[in-house]
Amino acid sequence: MVSQSDAQPPQALPPIVQTAVGSMALVIAGGIYLAAYLPHQAPLPIPVVLISLGGVSLLAAAAMLTRLRDFAWTRFRLVSGWALVAYAVIAGMIEYVLLVDQTRGALLVLMTITLAIFALDIPIILGFSVARHQQAGSASRP
Amino acid sequence: MAILKSPGARIDAKLFSEALPSSPTAPKVPRVAAASFRRSAVADTVSGISLPSPAAAGVSSPTRVTIVPLAGLPIVGAALIFLVVAISANWLWALDFLHVAGGGLWTGIDLFVGLVIGPIIGRMSVPSRVEFSTRFMPKMVLIMPTLVILTLASGLQLARNLGNLAVPYPNHWWLVASFIVVGVMAVIALGLLEPANLAVLFELKKPQPNGALIAKLMRRFVYTAGITGVMQIATLVIMSRIATW
Repeated sequence: MVSQSDAQPPQALPPIVQTAVGSMALVIAGGIYLAAYLPHQAPLPIPVVLISLGGVSLLAAAAMLTRLRDFAWTRFRLVSGWALVAYAVIAGMIEYVLLVDQTRGALLVLMTITLAIFALDIPIILGFSVARHQQAGSASRP
Repeated sequence: MAILKSPGARIDAKLFSEALPSSPTAPKVPRVAAASFRRSAVADTVSGISLPSPAAAGVSSPTRVTIVPLAGLPIVGAALIFLVVAISANWLWALDFLHVAGGGLWTGIDLFVGLVIGPIIGRMSVPSRVEFSTRFMPKMVLIMPTLVILTLASGLQLARNLGNLAVPYPNHWWLVASFIVVGVMAVIALGLLEPANLAVLFELKKPQPNGALIAKLMRRFVYTAGITGVMQIATLVIMSRIATW
């Protein structure tokens, strides 16, 4: 039995979840902006900026992740791997709807990038949120 | 935009507020605090107690906690295939069915669990609560994302077919509002609520779960569930308004 006093203090970890959630919020905001103009095409500068910032945030989260040393990588891979499969299916469904609805050109490219960032953010969030509370096994890097 | 809900959130806060102190060395939780459904009180109560092993609470081994019930995957697959066929064939009846049935179940399950099942569980015995949670939460991991993707994908296609997306402003604002509500729910649920949900399940699998950690995650559950509950009501209002144009 582990009481509260027995609990190990959490090690200081970089703000990976916060960064990934910020990335997700940015791309969702961009997606909402685009969707608000449907069935017409929205002006692209604002969503391009939002989605670009979302992509940069995702890369920043990934970079912070790869710098971790003492971390439960096995658990992270397990959770994030299955989450990636699940959200790839979901993103694929949405992409399919866009294609069926004859979405083409720059709008399709933007929406595809949005979905890709979305589908990569969530596995990082879920995998890190679980693995950070697990005992680090082999400290092998991903 | 999936996994927007975690109906088990309200349950877990109450569940652990009374389930944990079965250890002889653990401080007792005041009954009045545990019985109260005030969220902050529940969260604070949970934070000050230790966690017995599930065996001590009279439940099965923690290693039996399932994260994703594999037996349900074929049903999920069949539902997604039906969705693809309905979209590709533009079956209006099927899109309508998936959107109405999926959205109704999504909202209904969330509110029913929070308002009906939750208080019932609050009166169950400690081992029953722990066992219920370990069996109930994994099923929600499959059910809710499936309902959400069915509802959203069919809804977008339905709106295009019916011409709802082409409705001019000011009525178009209702559509924009629905997008914003879904977006906010997605960020909250995917960024805060669902990670905590999974972390609790994995913590329960440990031979010696960390009570303080579970308490912290429960507190996050409680607050985020409250916010998404408000969003649910907003969704109902918006959808009712759109349906009566």
